[in-house]
Amino acid sequence: MAKSSTGSELTRFPRRHLLTCEGLSAAEIEFLLKLADANADAIQRGARKRSVLSDRTLINLFFESSTRTQASFEMAGRRLGADVMNMNVATSSVTKGETLIDTAVTLNAMRPDLIVVRHHAAGAVELLSQKVDCSVINAGDGAHQHPTQALLDALTIRRAKGRIAGLTVAICGDILHSRVARSNINVLNTLGANVRIIAPSTLLPSSPERLGTEVYTDMWKGLEGADVVMMLRLQRERMDGSYVPSSREFFHFFGLDHEKLSHAKPDALIMHPGPMNRGVEIASTVADDSRSVIREQVEMGVAVRMAVLEALSAHLPAQEGETS
Amino acid sequence: MSQQSKSASKAPEKSLPAGKSVVFINARVVDPSTNRDEPGGVLVKDGLIADLGSHLRRNAPAGVEVVDCKGHVLAPGLIDMQVFTGEPGFEHRETLKTASHAAAAGGVTTMVVMPETNPVIDQVALVDFIQRRARDNALVHVHTMAAMTKGLAGEEMTEIGLLKRAGAIAFSNGKSSIANTRVMRNVLNYAKDFGALVVHHTEDPYLTGSATMNSGEVASRLGLSGASKLAETIVLERDVRLVALTGGSYHAATISCEESLEVVRGAKARKLPVTCGVSINHLTLNENDIGSYRTFLKVRPPLRREEDRVAMVRAVASGDIDVIVSSHDPQDADTKRRPFSEAADGAVGLETLLVAALRLVHSGDVPLSVVLRAMTINPARLLGLHSGRIVKGAIADLVLFDMGEPWVVNKDLLRSRSKNSPFDEAKMQGRVLRTVVAGETVFEYGR
Repeated sequence: MAKSSTGSELTRFPRRHLLTCEGLSAAEIEFLLKLADANADAIQRGARKRSVLSDRTLINLFFESSTRTQASFEMAGRRLGADVMNMNVATSSVTKGETLIDTAVTLNAMRPDLIVVRHHAAGAVELLSQKVDCSVINAGDGAHQHPTQALLDALTIRRAKGRIAGLTVAICGDILHSRVARSNINVLNTLGANVRIIAPSTLLPSSPERLGTEVYTDMWKGLEGADVVMMLRLQRERMDGSYVPSSREFFHFFGLDHEKLSHAKPDALIMHPGPMNRGVEIASTVADDSRSVIREQVEMGVAVRMAVLEALSAHLPAQEGETS
Repeated sequence: MSQQSKSASKAPEKSLPAGKSVVFINARVVDPSTNRDEPGGVLVKDGLIADLGSHLRRNAPAGVEVVDCKGHVLAPGLIDMQVFTGEPGFEHRETLKTASHAAAAGGVTTMVVMPETNPVIDQVALVDFIQRRARDNALVHVHTMAAMTKGLAGEEMTEIGLLKRAGAIAFSNGKSSIANTRVMRNVLNYAKDFGALVVHHTEDPYLTGSATMNSGEVASRLGLSGASKLAETIVLERDVRLVALTGGSYHAATISCEESLEVVRGAKARKLPVTCGVSINHLTLNENDIGSYRTFLKVRPPLRREEDRVAMVRAVASGDIDVIVSSHDPQDADTKRRPFSEAADGAVGLETLLVAALRLVHSGDVPLSVVLRAMTINPARLLGLHSGRIVKGAIADLVLFDMGEPWVVNKDLLRSRSKNSPFDEAKMQGRVLRTVVAGETVFEYGR
């Protein structure tokens, strides 16, 4: 009984793939967050493994190394009863020169139900999704999108603040190269938050104001009155003088320390998608501050990914032996 | 940056002498910032200008030291935006101290020293070193132009934010252009966030190659490879487009030809934050002065044709050129007594900057106040300095000079440690009589 009622609700998520947050409606996001919220509560209560995805196959296809996202998807899949297969791309035919499309066609022939893909090139996941019959989840494509990260961030904020509409969220750091920033800008804007981005001009994309954000190159001003401070990771190769002169200078002007944080609201949430560079974009004491929800973000990751897998699996063709 | 504005211009200044007062009477007071050019006087108190005007022409307040200017010109002390010294690394050519003595003798009260030293001034500690050495040893105000790329290599940005906080007044790539357009775009973009001025030498290094003098008839006759004016204009044109893209403040350090002027005029017409400078050498000399391989006239950019010199002078008169610099660049026998193509670029010029500039006034090409404007209030505004003007409350940096006295330059009498003056044995008309820095006389002719 319980299973069938859940099934009727799932049809409300009208997509086969989750490739981008751009264009997701507020209702779609709310739907996923509601599912995820219930998952998070269930996990915290110590709920047992479910069987929504039993006999379903989930392939984690990571062309870019990742620890936490891959583990999070694997955990989510297993909690729902799926068979999870991790493709180790480093030892696969991809490194032997196979094209992305050939890889997709090969995988498709194995008839998986869900593929989670991370790729270093923007648009690669969408390209792959056009060549397979199963559902595809974007776990990060270049500097384009990382939808489940934005959803887990939204869930973390909502559980801590009780709402998202009307909050001022400041996203700080390497906006130019960040798929996390782009996904969050979409989701937070759709849910009615005021989104600010803070970065040196060299780490801003062109026409940043057209993304639906307020743009600041002065972190002290950008943090003024913020409810949420979301730090981004600065990759080491950006600190060599081509974008930012040094990690020392970056930390001085764009690293989150207590002094800069004091310009945000006193109860501002501190967030970071991980992995953190302590002392580069965030001071250690801030990362470990009581207002930091960085650990909760990881926790919500599993709940959100379960919700996404569950929502997409509603579109999967019925399995043999299952009644309609 | 709100943080940086709190600690802006932390550079150690000459401390103001407390309690001392001196009045300069019977002067022709010329201040381009207020368009003042009238007989009068200036009262200096505690290192600041306390009063000025025609009421001080004859009447000195009681109990105050009186300096009779005898009708000579009293103007704001000059600000020289481009001074190379040898400190650190080449102290045998020039130190901050010897350069400052040359500056004082030339009426220059503020010099901006270039980062092209050894080591290159590309780190916070080195800016601090220059400012402290200058505070302890220099007669005049010294500000540091920091490198905008590490080692001036044109590849990696320096810590522009922290350098500015440490007192760097602007950012330069020395005598070389940033050839990599992406790096230049990023520098302009990044510097803009900190309100930092980018001062660029414009010359395409690939086009210039190993050329050593202006491309043209003289180079052809002398058998020297010619450096095309295009090398300057191409980089300038590129930079202006990058300024339009990024909005960063940009100053072309020393331009030398009509074609570059056209680019600057175009940029200004479009209200872009673009300004430009010229060296005194390019206003007073041309390629023919090189004669038979006189290496003291080998400068960068190279001396151009007479038509270009005339165009530069007209642009100073019209205001299209904002700043005149000495481009003081001390070189010694080791680097100058060589075949022309192997000799170093550069000429000393601090001591002759003002008197050489007076040539433009005597020839009737540029009014005195316009020439002075390019060496006082214009660089002051560009650099955010509160000097370069004679107004109440301003710091008392002054120069007193005789417009008329004729004399002949003798390089051996120059105070600079290096004697590579292109004006050796040149006839000059005009003499610096006294230079005052923060109310203190640091140079007096004949003493």
